[in-house]
Amino acid sequence: MNDGAIIQVRGLRNQFGDQIIHDNLDLDVRRGEVLGVVGGSGTGKSVLLRTIVGLNEPRAGTIKVFGEDITAMNDVERLHIQQRWGVLFQDGALFSSLTVAQNVEVPFKEHTKLAHDVVEELAAIKIDLVGLPPDAGGKFPSELSGGMRKRAGLARALALDPEIIFLDEPTAGLDPIGAAAFDQLIRNLQQSLGLTVFMVTHDLDSLAAICDRIAVLIDKHVIVDTMANLMKVNHPWIRDYFHGPRGRAALEKR
Amino acid sequence: MAAERGWFEATQAGGAWVVKIGGRWDVRTVERLEAELRTVGAPAGVAPGGEVRVDLSALEALDTAGAWLLQRTLHNLARTGVTPRLEGLRPAHQALLERVAEAESKPRFLPSLPSPLVALIANFGQTTLEAFVKGRDLVAFFGLTIVVGVRVLLSPRHIRWTPLVSHMEQVGLSAMPIVGLLSFLIGVVVAYQGADQLRQFGAEVFTVNLLGVSILRELGILITAIVVAGRSGSAFTAQIGTMKVNQEVDAMRTLGLEPVEILVLPRLAALVICLPLLTFYADMMSLLGGAIMSLVALDISISQFVKQLQGAIKLTTFMVGMVKAPVFAFLIALVGCFEGLNVEGSAESVGRQTTMSVVEAIFLVIIFDAAFSIMFSYLRI
Repeated sequence: MNDGAIIQVRGLRNQFGDQIIHDNLDLDVRRGEVLGVVGGSGTGKSVLLRTIVGLNEPRAGTIKVFGEDITAMNDVERLHIQQRWGVLFQDGALFSSLTVAQNVEVPFKEHTKLAHDVVEELAAIKIDLVGLPPDAGGKFPSELSGGMRKRAGLARALALDPEIIFLDEPTAGLDPIGAAAFDQLIRNLQQSLGLTVFMVTHDLDSLAAICDRIAVLIDKHVIVDTMANLMKVNHPWIRDYFHGPRGRAALEKR
Repeated sequence: MAAERGWFEATQAGGAWVVKIGGRWDVRTVERLEAELRTVGAPAGVAPGGEVRVDLSALEALDTAGAWLLQRTLHNLARTGVTPRLEGLRPAHQALLERVAEAESKPRFLPSLPSPLVALIANFGQTTLEAFVKGRDLVAFFGLTIVVGVRVLLSPRHIRWTPLVSHMEQVGLSAMPIVGLLSFLIGVVVAYQGADQLRQFGAEVFTVNLLGVSILRELGILITAIVVAGRSGSAFTAQIGTMKVNQEVDAMRTLGLEPVEILVLPRLAALVICLPLLTFYADMMSLLGGAIMSLVALDISISQFVKQLQGAIKLTTFMVGMVKAPVFAFLIALVGCFEGLNVEGSAESVGRQTTMSVVEAIFLVIIFDAAFSIMFSYLRI
């Protein structure tokens, strides 16, 4: 295994009907980095995330996570490896029939044999870690705002202290202040828990603020580099993306 | 595997206690460590106010679960009156430990639950109130529908023919196979059961009378209405509810379109037109089932069956069943659309309202059927 690469994608091909989304795509995610994935609509950002976490079967290629090929795994092995990553879906994807605290307790109850009071303690800690007030634990997802649902979803994703966390548009639908706070939260957690973050986003502010490297999905491939280096790339889409008015504004804030 | 394990070890050296902590303290080892720590008592021989050195230099991995346990252990030590002094703590672990300590120090929120009896009574009261409110809203919706309906009829260019025909196909034509099959089987069952009982009196031929009256007056319309409530009433709720979730209904309002006119009236009209037709079809299929059963089980020929039927029923018998059809259709469509427009926000709500719509529609159909029976008996029909 390549020493730094915690996720290694090689020759990935995704196709729906005649439409080829990814073709011969290679991507390395290094341990401990925050990788932002960007691209225009329909370039397959979310598909890439879903493929890596095993929700979508690729047509061809290998995906190694922690050095093990997940495309060749059976269900038991996959279940084991799944506990080492967490996924935050766009709107939190909380179980609507459970309270926030019960949502966070689900992974513990399913995958550990911890006593109930210990699980409650740990769930309360996670809820605090993501910056929710203590009384949020007893509420149902429908009683929370969008930003709070995302935080609760993050608490559930972090339940078993995963090594990698996948975020699908974490700041979409949040107001700028909420988005900035969420960015900071991810950065803080990433540093204190030593996480690797794989983040699909449209938010240039997030990219500028917290991403170590950026992966741009273009023409069914991916270009990965730091923001500063990507600025110099002479590809029309990348140029428009980073040098457009929003891109410049995000960079100036940095 | 040794690398997977977390461990701790307390030793006494020259009167001073040293607790060595090492290995992996994470969510997978916490359960065992916690159980082991429970069995360890307070360190003996340390004077209150004394110190215990906690050596963390062998700690390989620490996550939030491990940090929580470590924090709790230190806390417990401190409570026995000794001061734990941490040594060999890595900066990364220290940050995590501090973060968890901070989370721990916040007050816990304990929801206060009322006693079960109070909760039961409160629940009963709330449900009753909600039922009344819903009844009132349904009547208001009925009024709104009538007002908009009259307005549309007065300016006929507002009648939406395309959705009307499309809904007629969905609620009428597509329902024919299932309604037909069920009615046929009901006819078979009634004929068979009736023949069985009447044979004891040698009055098998009156099976035809039983069939004619029960099916034309009650069973044909009731079976059809229930199937349609389950099939089309629920579909109305789900369709309109989904549009509500997608904010399509709000979009209509902002564009100056009246949702009742566009969504409710075509469905209502389609059902009011189709349910009588379906009922007639169901009546015929049931009688056919009964006739075939009579032929097979009772040796009553088809011509005999028809003759007996002519003597048993009058036109009013048939009309009593048919006159209920448009009323039931109105109820089913009204409830279906009403519940659809009551959907709030989430997809979960669509499912809940759909269930409610079917239950309420069938409930109302049966209540109104009973009311019709009472009315007809007063009118001696």
